[in-house]
Amino acid sequence: MADNVDEDAPYRIKEEDYVVLKRGDIFKAVQIVPKKKVIFEKQWFFLDNAVGQLYGSTFDIVPGGTLQPRKPKDAESPADAKEAGTDNRNIQDDGKSQKLTRDDIENFKEQGLTDQQIIQQLVDNSSTFIGKTKYAQDKYIKKKKKKYENIVTILKPSCRILALMYHGREPGKICHLRYDTLAQMLTLANIHAGSKVLVFETCAGLLLGSVMERMGGYGSVIQMYPGGGPVRAGVESFGFPAHFHDTLHEFPVCHVNALLAGTLDTAPPKDASAGRDTNSAADDVCDPEKEAREKQRGQRLSFKRKKLASAAALLEGRNADGLVIASRFHPCPVLMGMLKFLAPSRPFVVYSQYKEPLIECYTKLKEQGGAVNLRLADTWLRHYQVLPNRTHPVLLMSGGGGFLLSGTTVAADAPKPAGAQRAEGPAPKRLKVA
Amino acid sequence: MSFVEYSDLIRDGDVAIVYLGHESMMHVKVKQGAQTQTRYGVIRHSSDLIGRRYGSKVTCSKGGWVYVLHPTPELWTVTLPHRTQILYTTDIATITMMLELKPGCVVCESGTGSGSLSHAILRSVAPTGHLHTVEFHQQRAEKAAEEFKEHGVDGLVTVRNQDVCKDGFGVSGVADAVFLDIPSPWEAVRHAKAAMKRQGGRVCSFSPCIEQVQRTCEALAEEGFEEISTLEVLLRVHDVRTVYLPLPDFGADLSAQTDDDAAAPTETKPQTPVALKTTTLPREMQGHTGIRL
Repeated sequence: MADNVDEDAPYRIKEEDYVVLKRGDIFKAVQIVPKKKVIFEKQWFFLDNAVGQLYGSTFDIVPGGTLQPRKPKDAESPADAKEAGTDNRNIQDDGKSQKLTRDDIENFKEQGLTDQQIIQQLVDNSSTFIGKTKYAQDKYIKKKKKKYENIVTILKPSCRILALMYHGREPGKICHLRYDTLAQMLTLANIHAGSKVLVFETCAGLLLGSVMERMGGYGSVIQMYPGGGPVRAGVESFGFPAHFHDTLHEFPVCHVNALLAGTLDTAPPKDASAGRDTNSAADDVCDPEKEAREKQRGQRLSFKRKKLASAAALLEGRNADGLVIASRFHPCPVLMGMLKFLAPSRPFVVYSQYKEPLIECYTKLKEQGGAVNLRLADTWLRHYQVLPNRTHPVLLMSGGGGFLLSGTTVAADAPKPAGAQRAEGPAPKRLKVA
Repeated sequence: MSFVEYSDLIRDGDVAIVYLGHESMMHVKVKQGAQTQTRYGVIRHSSDLIGRRYGSKVTCSKGGWVYVLHPTPELWTVTLPHRTQILYTTDIATITMMLELKPGCVVCESGTGSGSLSHAILRSVAPTGHLHTVEFHQQRAEKAAEEFKEHGVDGLVTVRNQDVCKDGFGVSGVADAVFLDIPSPWEAVRHAKAAMKRQGGRVCSFSPCIEQVQRTCEALAEEGFEEISTLEVLLRVHDVRTVYLPLPDFGADLSAQTDDDAAAPTETKPQTPVALKTTTLPREMQGHTGIRL
């Protein structure tokens, strides 16, 4: 039996783990910090009791804000009513069928009744419950559960869960990249362990983290970033082991042209330290604090420079294996600039919330050459409710998930004269594959 | 060459993808001394392929040319020889994310079919994961095993020729994810559960018919699976093209005349149509091949 505990260790929640809280369709990414209150769905509670439990466990939030593991499925389904009606012809929707008042329910809560018991009370005191069809009874109970159950499930973070979370909670932060579109990007770009992938995104780090997850800590990921520094808040939520960060590099796009031209200088400045010393020699003696700060600043700059140099070294060879772009920037210049870093016969995928910028990219690529299998597409996603005699579609998501342009690089040709059609080959009698 | 790792140069024994034109590709087994016929002429492997860089343009005997691409599971899906109906990239991508596949995962799959999804799974779980794939048709099982070997991935996969509904996947308590694409998936659900790790995992089943989906959902619920969701994903491809919209002729624009032109009414010049870069959609959206749960 002792063996079991060891085997399960990687599946158990630990302090400082990054996890995702879930209730129904609502998700929230948090970190397990002892004695720290978290808020989720208008409730405050502590996560301390989750430590040591298996991921995927569901907990009750008891008054006081602590978690209690929920026993699986005992006392499930209150009020499996023996009786049910056949249809709603005699049911009046007058708001008077429930005999309990809000005060009564508050009293129950104070008395410490469990959510199951409260729901049972509601069922017993509803004059119309017995007359509902079995399906309507199920729906009623499901609705009450949603309202009165104080449960939370704790999940191990994954691309799937975080993509669902961001899409549900803060789609604006991820340029409205829907999770099925993200799934397409990762596969079309052939993201896999051991490759060298370039990422340009303004999706809070969701795309970057997803790429890193699919690479499993092997290979390298270079985040090209606009502005002063890379934004990666979302990557933290994935809870990657420390060594994954060794594979992550960053490179500011403001240096792309210099790098391509071969004029980017990442060597350390020759006399910087000497210069500083002579200037502040007199002050040093009196201000050890200032000296320490200067030294720290020097270390930071040197660290930054080293990172720049290592990223530049990875990019210089122009042999990257994949490129994924998803940002609020106009994709055309981003794509045309970064394609140069890819080896031939490698995939690239560009996401845009809007179709028109991708049409521009497509057109430019066709004129310029250097890419085949260009495809502009979007995906429609439909959820179904599947229950006996109650199966039907629930939700259709179309168009709102954004668009993808994908293709494969090929060895660059001399630029073709405009209007040349050879790229497509002789027109008729072409075999259709796929 | 392997389907799970990139290489730069084409070598004898590789499987390469020849790009002939829009939506026209084929796979080629590279062999010293061999030749491949294309509509643009002959490709001579020894001189045109071996030693060249993947992504190169290759000129064929008749003067036409093609590109030679490094194989990927996505390119394989559209060029592989069909022995059964296959899964296409749109569904494969969704399945990969929903099953949370990543390096190191152990996956069970049935049926292997033509190996379209299998290659994608292998790519995602390499180099430390494993795929246990079950196919009840003997020749298909053998052909799949052969192809995995040719594609440099046989170390990552075990093919079993058995009936998953009767005999399961041949392993127990090891899988992070299980995938079913068989006629009666509800019969395999208990085997899926047995193959999965005790601490939990993900299951996905793919069926074309809603009745199959219903029965499978019931079976999953009975076996204690939670958070069962059912999805359908459809791909819509946009055709980029330039269309020309002619402008109407409303006659001479009298209000625009200046004093200089007072002598004679201006001739209306025929206006050239406006060129518009846009996309068009196919007349019918391609129907789904199945529903995933």
